[in-house]
Amino acid sequence: MNSYSKFQMYWLVALRLLIGWHFLYEGLVKVLNPKWTSLGYLMDSQGWFASMFNSMATDAGTLNVVNFLNEWGLLLIGLSLILGFFTRPGCVGGIMILLLYYLSHPPFIGSEDLFMMPREGSYLWVDRNLIEIAALATLYVFPTSGVFGLDKYIPGLLKNKSSKQL
Amino acid sequence: MSEENKKQQEEELSSSGRRSAIKKLVSVPVLGAMAYGVYKKTQYDRSRRNLGDMFRLDPVTPPSAKEISPDGKTIRIGIIGYGIRGKQLLRAAGFAEPALIDTWKEAARANSNDTRYRDYMEQEGLNIEVTGVCDIFDTYAEAAVLSGSNVNREGANGTFGAPPKRYRHYKELLAADDIDAVIIAPPDHWHGTMAMDAALAGKHVYLEKPMSWTVPETYMIRDVVKQSGVTFQFGHQGRQTDSYLKAKQIIEKNILGPVSLIEVCTNRNDPNGAWVYPIHETASPQTIDWKQFEGNEDRIKEYLDYMQANGLARYVGPEARSQFDLKRFFRWRCWWDYSTGLSGDLLTHEYDAVNQIMGVGIPHSATSSGGVYFFKDGRTVPDVLQTSFEFPDRNLTMLYSATLASQRSRGKVFMGHDASMELSSSLTVKVDPRSTRYADQITQGIIKPDTPLITYIPGQENVDAVSSATELYFAQRGLLYAYVNGKRYDTTYLHIREWVECIRNGGTPGCDIDAAFEEAITAHMGTRAYLEGRTMYWDKEKEEIVRG
Repeated sequence: MNSYSKFQMYWLVALRLLIGWHFLYEGLVKVLNPKWTSLGYLMDSQGWFASMFNSMATDAGTLNVVNFLNEWGLLLIGLSLILGFFTRPGCVGGIMILLLYYLSHPPFIGSEDLFMMPREGSYLWVDRNLIEIAALATLYVFPTSGVFGLDKYIPGLLKNKSSKQL
Repeated sequence: MSEENKKQQEEELSSSGRRSAIKKLVSVPVLGAMAYGVYKKTQYDRSRRNLGDMFRLDPVTPPSAKEISPDGKTIRIGIIGYGIRGKQLLRAAGFAEPALIDTWKEAARANSNDTRYRDYMEQEGLNIEVTGVCDIFDTYAEAAVLSGSNVNREGANGTFGAPPKRYRHYKELLAADDIDAVIIAPPDHWHGTMAMDAALAGKHVYLEKPMSWTVPETYMIRDVVKQSGVTFQFGHQGRQTDSYLKAKQIIEKNILGPVSLIEVCTNRNDPNGAWVYPIHETASPQTIDWKQFEGNEDRIKEYLDYMQANGLARYVGPEARSQFDLKRFFRWRCWWDYSTGLSGDLLTHEYDAVNQIMGVGIPHSATSSGGVYFFKDGRTVPDVLQTSFEFPDRNLTMLYSATLASQRSRGKVFMGHDASMELSSSLTVKVDPRSTRYADQITQGIIKPDTPLITYIPGQENVDAVSSATELYFAQRGLLYAYVNGKRYDTTYLHIREWVECIRNGGTPGCDIDAAFEEAITAHMGTRAYLEGRTMYWDKEKEEIVRG
């Protein structure tokens, strides 16, 4: 991490904070809204995995678990990215959750006409979820939380060589 | 290393340690910013919620949400008329055609989103059995026997219960000792006669709409049903729709201000919707009891007397009533000889919804216009119809507008001075930009006239002013359905269920004989106004339809 230039470090941290903000707020909105449910989103799924997502929605027990994991998962991933605390597990969690969104609402030719969800852009194969997945993968391989973050105080957990050097 | 150097180095180290610690926490202010933003956002939402509180509505419970009493007495059902609607009613009661079950199973296998089979199997049993069926077309009667024995809701290869007895004449069915209650779903011209005969025979009655075919019989049915004391449910299953129950509350709380105009519509655009039903290949004079189809003599006389007395003979026939005709048998809704037209078939649903929500009762007057404009297939009933009903004591007009040749969607709209309400699969209330009552809130920007003030999405407990665009979108696309206690139901099932529970445990079903009487008279006024080409009035004191 010592080898990052000043600007490399700033922009990596900025990227981490922006994605963290996005996750944290998405999580907070859902946690603070007692009526929030992923039912509509799951039922709106298209593509190869649609039936899997639909079946999550139709079983009340599973739906509750999915709702809980999504709400708190988003919130904790957001916190981890902003605070630089367990950042790498946070990145992996974020990638997994985004991958599920991507598979549930794949931006493939034709499928976009089937979605009921209003979408805010035009996508072909590559959408916001995929770009955010790539950004999180980048943060995973270029860690910054050892310097700007609390991961330094979790010795040995992250095997973060660069933070040991500091 | 001198002492001084050492000290200096220690100071540098501890200073860099402090700097490093500060760096670790540098992102914490981001959380502060987020906390501030979320605080502002919740404040904003609260101000909108407070607005929602101004219009707080209570949760609604459909009349049928009573507990089923599975251990109570089994009610023995007979069905008269197993055509399109009869099939639907028996199916809703829990006795589906095996072939349809197979179709649903296959559809669910092909597409896991197709939940018709699962929903149907999850529908609670009503603790009823079908002991008698009557249809004057052999093929339909045999199908009714098969469905009536489908006690396990199975496909063609399933195990069936004891078959119900087939009766060739409805009077034989009504005379049977092993029948407690009848579902009546024949063509319109038989509704009233069969309902009266059933009540006189002491059978509980579920009667399809419209209640009557002629005006004179309308009074008789009301008297007979009231005197008999049987449990009577009238077939407007919209009574179970929870958004209608919410709408009733909105009217009661006067959120809309004075309502001066209500617009209700029918829009269909296919032969089936225009009553051009397929003719069954097995139908023939040998398999159809045409004599019974013709109708009850007293009713036919009432019909012909009215038509002849008012110079309306051109609407009778044109074929002789005694002449066997497959088109008239299967597409009877197209001829006044058997039908009540758009008024009786489709306006009645719309009117009953409005009557349920606002309790408007019978209108003061009705004026109609329309014609046979698209389906020029020899029918005598119009395929385009406009009727305006005046309710001067309520200071409002209800406009019914229908075409069978365009499917453009128009909801039920209640136009008030302060807000308007639109009912479709969801319910939305929008404040009027020129409202007097909400003028201050509009000026202050608290109420935005273009955005829905109240949105009710079936299945949610509360009405909320803060429904997200996504939720609205889903509701409008019909993804979220009508629910009772969180479970999705077919409203016809709920309507039959209410009737059966009232038979078993006492009580009066929600769509009672008085509601039926109001519905029938209203429909007749619209029909007569069309046929006679002039405004028809309701004399409240004499309870008579009169001319101006």
